[in-house]
Amino acid sequence: MPGFVEARDEHGELTVVVEPARLVEACEHLRGEGFNFLADISAADYLGWGERGVAGYIGTADGRDLNRPGSQGLERLPEPRPKRFAMSYHLLAIPDGRRLRVQAWLDEDEPVPSVVSVWPTADWHEREAFDLMGIRIEGHPNLTRLLLDDDWEGHPLRKDYPIGGEPVRFSGEE
Amino acid sequence: MAVAQGGPKIYDGTRVPSPIPTMLLVPEELQGSEDLLQVNFGPNHPSTHGVLRLVVDLHGESVVGLRAVIGYLHTGFEKNMEQKTWWKGITYPERIDYLSFQNNELVFVLAIEKLLGLEVPEKATWMRMCLAELNRIHSHLVWLGTAALELGAISMFWYCFRERDQILDLSEMVAGTRMHTRYFQAGGLAEDIPRGFFPEARKFVDWMPKAVDDYEALVDQNEIWLERTKGIGLLSADDAIALGQSGPVLRGSGVEWDLRKAQPYLAYDQVEFDVPTYQNGDVWDRYKVHMDEMRESTRIVGQCLDRLEEMEGEPWIADDRKVVLPPREELHTSMESLIHHFKLVTEGYRVPEGEVYVAVESARGELGCYVVSDGGPRPWRVKFRAPSFVALEATATCMSNALIADMIAIVGSLDTVMGEVDR
Repeated sequence: MPGFVEARDEHGELTVVVEPARLVEACEHLRGEGFNFLADISAADYLGWGERGVAGYIGTADGRDLNRPGSQGLERLPEPRPKRFAMSYHLLAIPDGRRLRVQAWLDEDEPVPSVVSVWPTADWHEREAFDLMGIRIEGHPNLTRLLLDDDWEGHPLRKDYPIGGEPVRFSGEE
Repeated sequence: MAVAQGGPKIYDGTRVPSPIPTMLLVPEELQGSEDLLQVNFGPNHPSTHGVLRLVVDLHGESVVGLRAVIGYLHTGFEKNMEQKTWWKGITYPERIDYLSFQNNELVFVLAIEKLLGLEVPEKATWMRMCLAELNRIHSHLVWLGTAALELGAISMFWYCFRERDQILDLSEMVAGTRMHTRYFQAGGLAEDIPRGFFPEARKFVDWMPKAVDDYEALVDQNEIWLERTKGIGLLSADDAIALGQSGPVLRGSGVEWDLRKAQPYLAYDQVEFDVPTYQNGDVWDRYKVHMDEMRESTRIVGQCLDRLEEMEGEPWIADDRKVVLPPREELHTSMESLIHHFKLVTEGYRVPEGEVYVAVESARGELGCYVVSDGGPRPWRVKFRAPSFVALEATATCMSNALIADMIAIVGSLDTVMGEVDR
């Protein structure tokens, strides 16, 4: 398979990690293998993965750490992740029902090629990943914000984007 | 790649717009024409099923350009769920798709259980299946009522909501609330099934097939209904798969694909039901799939009730004190139970590190839940694969060569719930 890095089998689900640069090649190969259905694209941010006190929350503007006590003291530290962002492509083969997760790991600002040419359904999934997670998709025909306003600042699903931190405007002057 | 075999060809080649698959661009010869009119359809419009906004370019009555704008109902469910413990998070998915709430709850609970490796008692599995199917009927009824209402069939709405109310009554009896029940827990059910549930549910199962016949009698031979649904909003099997369609949209295009049959979860491999599939890929066929599915779901509910009635007195939740709340009465006598209760409520249970993707067949199609855990008491990342979100991507393809009046029927037939689209 083009761009193959490693394969994992966890919980009965097969994950294939590929190099981001050769993602499209890999996806075309897989579509040829019968994976004609792209179910989902999920982006995940691993900033602060395995560090104390940042599992899901960093803090509000006034410095409160709402993370305690729940996320403190993991029983064991999770396996380190290679890079900050993971893009997971959940594939399905109809009609035989095989499933596969293709994963590409990205550093901040590292682009990932668009797979719209392979599966047209990737259009909105990739726009959502760009909008909410700030993933740079290269070669997407229409990479604009999907769920948030065009002038929104930041990408809310990133771990360094605090909840309750967005400014609320009450009048035109503010 | 031919997927549908034997059926008539819906159209040759592909109609998915290029280069942007979800947008119809005004053809070059019409650009700058004085006859073009751009209309904003929505976000506040009674026929858009919520807050969908479609920007349409009209040339006379034909739609020559189309762009869907979503996000008006974006509430950040996925971000919020990262802040909640696993068991508090169960309340969120239900509100994502507020019509198919049991299925949404189910998929998240199944994902937790998969990571935990938790065995669920048989009674809980069957009750989950029973409620998931009742919920499918509920969702289809709301779809049918509102979609028909938009095409002018007002009385359909009242008939559908009559039966919908019966289902909500059953929900209320089981869980105490009519919608967003939070009745499924990691490990099983929140409470035992109340005794009065069975006779009431039986009454419904006996009644429902007649009700579906009634709905069909209302519109099936109605000239207006036929004119407005047949041959409208075509979507071929290959295009449907390329666009990731699932559920009734996919089955209306001639692809026999239902996760309940293809990759059975719960106990769907132990019940008898058929997967209704239609070949023409138009609004009419999607409507027929919904009607048949209501009948099939009623069949499944009947079989679930048969099994559940034999399970009187069996446990409804796993006996795993690290995940499941101890029985209320033990709190008065057992120190250990009290500690478990306190820890579970304040801190929550820890879910082993890992990532899973669980998919169920919700009323609208493949509902997926991708969950990442870092081993702590909160999910690291939760992502839902929302079938309505994907269904809306097919709007542009279904709308090629369509008239403005067809748009209502076509968007309605895709059965979208904006809560789920925007999450």
